[in-house]
Amino acid sequence: MTPLLSATQTAARRTLPLALCLAAAGCSGPQSALDPAGREAETVAHLFFVMTIGGAVIWLAVIALAVYAGGFKQRTLSEETGQRLILWGGAVVPTLILAALLAYALWLMPDLRPWTREAMAEGGVKGHVTAEQYWWRVRMEGPGGPVESANELIVPVGQRVDLTLTSPDVIHSFWIPALAGKIDMIPGRTNRITLRADRPGVYRGVCAEFCGESHALMAFTVRAVPPQEHAALAAAEARPAAVTSGEGLRLFLEKGCAACHAIRGTEARGGVGPDLTHVGSRPTIAAATLPNDQASRERFLRNPDAVKPGVRMPGYDMLPPAEIETLARFLGDLK
Amino acid sequence: MTAPTSDIEARPTLPERDSPADLERRRTQEVRLRKAWETPSGWHYWTAVNNTEVGVWYTATAFAFMLFAGVLALIMRAQLAVPENDLVSADFYNQAFTLHGTVMMFLFSVPIFEAVAIVILPQMLGARDLPFPRLSAFGFWSFVLGGVFVCGSIFFNAAPNTGWFMYPPLATDEKQSGIGADIWLLGLSFIEVASIAAAVELIVGTLKCRPPGMRINLIPLFAWYILIVAGMILFAFPPLIAGDILFEMERMFDWPFFDPERRGDPLLWQHLFWIFGHPEVYIVFLPAIALIAMIVPTFAQRPIVGYSWIVLAAVGTGFLSFGLWVHHMFATGLPTISLAFFSAASEAVVIPTGVQIFVFIATLLAGRVIFAVPMLFATGGLAIFVIGGLTGVMVALAPFDWQAHDTYFVVAHLHYVLIGGMLFPITAGIYYFYPLVSGKMLSMRLGKIGFWLMFVGFNVGFLPMHLTGLRGMPRRVFTYADGLGWDWLNLVSTVGAFIFAAGVLVVVYDVVRPKGREPYAARNPWNAGTLEWLIGMPGESWGVRSVPFIKSRYPLWDQPDLIRDVDEGRGLLPDAEEGKRETLVTSVLDAEPIQCLRVPGNAVVPMVAAFTLGGVFIAATFKLWITTLVFCVAFLAALIYWLWTGTSVIPEKTEKHVGHGLVLPIYRSGPASIGWWAMFITMVGDATAFASLVFGYFFYWTIHADFVPEGAGPGVLWPMVAMGLLVAAWAATLAARRLNTAGRAGAVRLSLAVATVLTVAGGAAGLWGPWTTNLDPTSDVYPAIVWILVIWAVVHAGVAVIMLLYCLARSLAGRLTREWDIDMANVALYWHFMAITAVVTFGVVGLFPVVG
Repeated sequence: MTPLLSATQTAARRTLPLALCLAAAGCSGPQSALDPAGREAETVAHLFFVMTIGGAVIWLAVIALAVYAGGFKQRTLSEETGQRLILWGGAVVPTLILAALLAYALWLMPDLRPWTREAMAEGGVKGHVTAEQYWWRVRMEGPGGPVESANELIVPVGQRVDLTLTSPDVIHSFWIPALAGKIDMIPGRTNRITLRADRPGVYRGVCAEFCGESHALMAFTVRAVPPQEHAALAAAEARPAAVTSGEGLRLFLEKGCAACHAIRGTEARGGVGPDLTHVGSRPTIAAATLPNDQASRERFLRNPDAVKPGVRMPGYDMLPPAEIETLARFLGDLK
Repeated sequence: MTAPTSDIEARPTLPERDSPADLERRRTQEVRLRKAWETPSGWHYWTAVNNTEVGVWYTATAFAFMLFAGVLALIMRAQLAVPENDLVSADFYNQAFTLHGTVMMFLFSVPIFEAVAIVILPQMLGARDLPFPRLSAFGFWSFVLGGVFVCGSIFFNAAPNTGWFMYPPLATDEKQSGIGADIWLLGLSFIEVASIAAAVELIVGTLKCRPPGMRINLIPLFAWYILIVAGMILFAFPPLIAGDILFEMERMFDWPFFDPERRGDPLLWQHLFWIFGHPEVYIVFLPAIALIAMIVPTFAQRPIVGYSWIVLAAVGTGFLSFGLWVHHMFATGLPTISLAFFSAASEAVVIPTGVQIFVFIATLLAGRVIFAVPMLFATGGLAIFVIGGLTGVMVALAPFDWQAHDTYFVVAHLHYVLIGGMLFPITAGIYYFYPLVSGKMLSMRLGKIGFWLMFVGFNVGFLPMHLTGLRGMPRRVFTYADGLGWDWLNLVSTVGAFIFAAGVLVVVYDVVRPKGREPYAARNPWNAGTLEWLIGMPGESWGVRSVPFIKSRYPLWDQPDLIRDVDEGRGLLPDAEEGKRETLVTSVLDAEPIQCLRVPGNAVVPMVAAFTLGGVFIAATFKLWITTLVFCVAFLAALIYWLWTGTSVIPEKTEKHVGHGLVLPIYRSGPASIGWWAMFITMVGDATAFASLVFGYFFYWTIHADFVPEGAGPGVLWPMVAMGLLVAAWAATLAARRLNTAGRAGAVRLSLAVATVLTVAGGAAGLWGPWTTNLDPTSDVYPAIVWILVIWAVVHAGVAVIMLLYCLARSLAGRLTREWDIDMANVALYWHFMAITAVVTFGVVGLFPVVG
């Protein structure tokens, strides 16, 4: 962020949107671009409020003039005055306003997405996110190499997070409204995004490009935590699974779950579906579709397609209820 | 214009006004005109081709499709009324929103403009009909069949389900997109062909079929807009058709144009789609503005203020709209410099739009405004559209678009633009122009009720969506979770949508309710100034009784005796002595009469041609190749029958007295003829599609360092042989045309035969290159794009062969001679484009690998 931006505008950026939002009866929410918790989102929210106020003024002026012209005027305008009105109202004034607006937006742009310059700098957290129908494969860089997880992004507050984004199947789009704008994930291409969360909290990210039957059910959670806590969580994530024996694991391996899912520290090494090593510690399952509780896990195991149409995981309705319960409990224990 | 010749009787002097002889003259003329322009009855009614029939069918059908797509929207709104609703399944919802967008865009927004133009343009230009009425009928029947095919798919659970912009790889995946994607691609390609046909017709109609004296700076604003928009269609639709070809080749034959694993790129589709898709927005919006430009002066009771301003602004919008497409792709990860450029271009288009709005405001300020239902809809539309324009300014800025893109903010934005900038003006147009069609007025009371329901319902429905989107709701979701702050916003939107729908229903009811007992409207009920209001209430199918001389932009205001002269048959072409349908052709800039055009009458062949061509597309959708081939042959047969019997008909005499001492030729060829213009305009569109394919070739070259694999390619020899042979065939065709002008029939036939042989040989040599070098189009994108270019050129050579043989047959039948040479002139024109296609294709595939 340039010093100019940070020094002179932060105060306005913080207070103005807030005041407006209260008036608009709520812009808040875990997935709201108007409730920013990150640098880019905050700048854009500010831009939005400026444009909205300006737009409202312009709209009122134009409509008032049209209504006056249509119904309330006392005398008619001469042809020459009409021509002058067209010149000034239709061409000159819009050109000036738009030029100013464009200059402002273009001035913001390089600062918003520094990866577009050479500034893919050292430091910060790095990772790679792959969007697959209909979930997110997350691979964060750690001291001991990349650590795979799914459907949850844990980021340190105040530090930059550089992510590379790809997709193996169809086009998806990576969007965490509270932190930054979206960027597509396109097969055959690699895109990058830099995030910075400025406020701790739990936010929601979502797929923004229509990607198939269950596009609506492809979300993830973002936890922004203080840097120390982030280090601890990342270390925990890198450890093997908490449970590496028992009835649950036996069922998991025997019923074929391991063909698609991996649980580090066990024989389960499937790479098709989400890595489940620490699934029990995630707040949601099925890409932020269901809460991570025993009942939801059982429901999803029995018939995933009923929760998420078109999902690739087969249903396990044929298993006795007791086995489903054991499996679900085992997964919940994978903290 | 030529002087009377001996075989034509001297100029008849008209009897004194209202003398018994004069009344008798008028009566017999009217009887003959009525007979010539008679609309058939019974089953044969559907063989009518007159613009007054076809235009009305077209309009009604487009509206029916709009209502269908509206019902889909209501189903979607019902599903989204509450979170985690299960009213419809995910798959049905996905089909519904895909079809909603597709139908609204391709089966309503674009066709409705063409439909309305077919109804009113000839009236506005004092023409009896458009120059190619059978082409209008062909376009209409294609539209009906294609539209029913696309819409009907949802009843078989087979509708396209990947969104109306059909992004690969989702939409190229056979398992996930099913047959719906093929229905989309082929059904719509079929309709696009009809759209282009109508565009050709409207351009020629505006340029060549104006009343004498209506110079280019006097034409009604509506006609200006039609000219601009039809021109835009000509450049916007072909890239989509080119994209459709690549797309369908990938789906049907596994050619990897969009498959990154074989070096294709899904982004090429996005480019081609939006090069079409963005101008499309203005193609939809400008004709609606054109209606406002007719309505505002009428209700201000004065000429428009700033005629030149608005025309220049419309032209400017048309040009700029082709430079903005990338703003639909801001989130794809493009370099900053493109983002900045396209943000700036997107903002620039606001300026001509602003000018157009201020032209209307200035006109209202300078006039004495009468407020009626059409003005209500026009003003309401303006209020809505300006909001859409302002949110457009916002999303045009890349940083804001990164947040707003693909959310309900964009859903709100595009509906504000399209409903405010298109549906409201169209409704204004319906209330305004309805008397032209039926001779009756619509109800002012129902109009007001309908307006307020629509206006309030629309804003209640769509205004909250801006907030819903920025609070994180993506578009195209069949459901959403509780607790994200979207619940009440969505509920309000649903309520608004139903109120809006109620308003639409009131308007529909007003239009369709029986009006048998109501009196006919007064003539020129709004006291308008433009020619279309010449028509009596109710109108006659001949359109205009006789063609007046025009001296003003608002002739009904400025030329006091005009209506009376026209009614009394004192203009041009007051009669149909030979019982033929006739209209006037004038010069492009100054509207000097140059021809008395015989327009073809009712026929079943346009319908047959449309249905057989539809059969080709539908059978291909289901990969029924033999049926496809059968329909191909049937279509070709219908087309040749149509051409042979209905075009370049040799008249019984060379010239004709059209009144006022004016004698005009009946038969013209070359640049003076409308057929030549139609061919030229069609081929410009064709060349645009070709250019899009060549763009594809170089697009792949820019993204791959080693685009042409080492040692691959069709070689230099065979492409050069093909190019040489086709250029020689072009020369032989031109020789045939010259020899024909010299009247040497034998030499003409020989030249045509030589040209045919050279073309066949050239086409074969073209295919032989990639064939003999074993270019496998499924292995990699390079051979695939080479094959596509070669096939494009060869198919055009095939069409050229048919044309050459057709000319040969016409010559042998004595229908192509020195005097009657329309066919020869038009085929020679086709060959200019053919030669360019051959040189570019074989130059690129043969020489580029060597040079590059």
